[in-house]
Amino acid sequence: MPATLFDKIWDSHLVARRADGRDLIYIDRHVLHELHAPHAFEQLQKQQRPVRRPDLTFSMQDHTVATKPGRDDSTNPSGAAFLKAMREGSHRNAIRLFDIDDPEQGISHVVAPELGMVLPGATHAVPDSHASTVGGLGALAFGCGTTELAHILATQVMALRRPKRMLIRLDGRLGPHVTAKDVALRIIAELGVAGARGHVVEYAGAAVRAMPIESRMTLCNLNIEMGGRSGFVAPDESTFSWISGRPFAPQGAMWERALAHWRTLGSDEGAAFDREHVLDCSSLEPQITWGTDPSQVLGISGRVPDPSAADQSRRAAIESALAYMGLEPGMALAGLPVDRVFIGSCTNSRLPDLQAAADVVRGRHVAEGVIAMVVPGSTSVKRAAEAAGLDRVFRDAGFLWGESGCSMCAGGNGDRGEPGERCVSTTNRNFEHRQGPKVRTHLVSPATAAATALAGRIADVRHVPPGRT
Amino acid sequence: MQPFTRHTGIAVPLIKDDINTDQIAPVQSMRKLKPDYQALLFMRARRRDDGSEDPDFVLNQPQFRQPGILVTGHNFGAGSSREAAVWGMLANNIRVIVARSFADIYRENCLQNGLLPIVLAAETADAFEKRVVAVNGEAPFTVDLQSQLITGPAGPDFAFDIPSADRMRLLEGLDDIGLTLKHADEIVDWERRISADQPWLQNTADSRT
Repeated sequence: MPATLFDKIWDSHLVARRADGRDLIYIDRHVLHELHAPHAFEQLQKQQRPVRRPDLTFSMQDHTVATKPGRDDSTNPSGAAFLKAMREGSHRNAIRLFDIDDPEQGISHVVAPELGMVLPGATHAVPDSHASTVGGLGALAFGCGTTELAHILATQVMALRRPKRMLIRLDGRLGPHVTAKDVALRIIAELGVAGARGHVVEYAGAAVRAMPIESRMTLCNLNIEMGGRSGFVAPDESTFSWISGRPFAPQGAMWERALAHWRTLGSDEGAAFDREHVLDCSSLEPQITWGTDPSQVLGISGRVPDPSAADQSRRAAIESALAYMGLEPGMALAGLPVDRVFIGSCTNSRLPDLQAAADVVRGRHVAEGVIAMVVPGSTSVKRAAEAAGLDRVFRDAGFLWGESGCSMCAGGNGDRGEPGERCVSTTNRNFEHRQGPKVRTHLVSPATAAATALAGRIADVRHVPPGRT
Repeated sequence: MQPFTRHTGIAVPLIKDDINTDQIAPVQSMRKLKPDYQALLFMRARRRDDGSEDPDFVLNQPQFRQPGILVTGHNFGAGSSREAAVWGMLANNIRVIVARSFADIYRENCLQNGLLPIVLAAETADAFEKRVVAVNGEAPFTVDLQSQLITGPAGPDFAFDIPSADRMRLLEGLDDIGLTLKHADEIVDWERRISADQPWLQNTADSRT
């Protein structure tokens, strides 16, 4: 019977069925971060349980690290205890740690792929809801809580109920300045914040095939914002060449053997999905969220909804979102003054993201009164960006250029906006108070964020002339 | 894990869809490794801008100050995987959440902590919500996982379904790791098999060293 790629990966990782009916799925790579792992380390220590496979486990310091140049543990005082506990727990359990001063430190979802820890057809777990970012490489990744994290450390398996399968086919070709971020926001707008609940999503179609690997990761990153259990893109030749030569990926004869296997990874012709959704990307314009959840999305030329014209069941939610965001029904977002612009996070902090923003910025200046900040997703990305001169482009334009980490995405490191500020951000959640108390967040692509920083107002990047060289 | 058999408490109506983990347990409340889990629950909604208590927020109302059961809408617990959003419930003695639906990871986190996540059939949910609102915290409800019934004042019982595996795990308070380690041999077998078939999966050597 024809099988989906999800079924193939699941079945090949099925260790046993547990007494309570859950499938034990082997986890090939487990990546931890300091906001949650310390609690799991403590739990295991109390129970005197060892970490079963420290060699398949990696520790990252990302959520609480300061982004100020010259940072150390004390730069963000509230992070110090997390960093220390992570260091001690990782050391005690012989887990390789990418510490705050490591030349390869960064956001787990950025570092794991760029070092070759993530492989097609492999399973992956992170105690973070954005785990499926690495689905962009054809890996099946699950986010989990702290107790589940301890379970994986002790057993190297996750006890899961088999999710359903969804296919999202992205047809057509993206227009200029329209990115994976815009596609993902449009999908969430169409399916809703619970639209993929209980499902593993396979993203397919011509628009996905044309996407560079980093864009596929952006697409899969936002899968959780519609409640998806996981999301991935089947690997292809561009995946393989992207992974080739990365330090933790197989090398030499082993690489050839892996490659032969990876080339067989795909959903069979005629494989059945529980649900299918199709989006034609050709006419898509840059997208932006207007409200307080990632499904409240507009095309950049669109207008904010009018609650009085909305379905009764949605009226209250729209009214409350408009009030929080300081918006009037029916107004356009383009042209609205902003206070802050943030470019970074596991969604949009890889080199091509920074490149796209820099291409807009080059030779121009951030509008007066706007605080604009770029935080690379990893120290490696930062180094590569600096080698390409991108830091100069940003700094000359008046952007702050930070050390890598999660930063303003959730504000766990103290980076955040001031009450009432309007912040245009390349992150993944526009929930109330997420980027600071009363901060009004609009989610966009890096190019739109860059254009907005220059204009000091929400801008349609398609109308900005190319950057000067 | 603490077993769940039955729980009696005041049912608090917070009838809204898509309540996310940033509302339940904001990151800013997790500044310490061991924060005050009781205080962090719905921390922002509990306070007005000047820091004083917001008397309109349901958990601040006198009849709901000692909650036991939370009654809410669709997609409860959307967003982050942070387990503090469950620990905050337990610290406030909320051991049952009756929602129209749960976000996947949040529901898993509930099961890991002996918090019973209940989804009622649509018509039952309508009737239950109405009753909870009408009772207005004047008398408690009891949720019995053995009989799968919610009993309360002023009307008939409400029956609920839950997958039998989840029910068993909660009733017995089973140690999840212990349950899995009964399959320790099969885990070893799997590793041996995959080492032969796809050896790169079991190898994470840094090729530079």
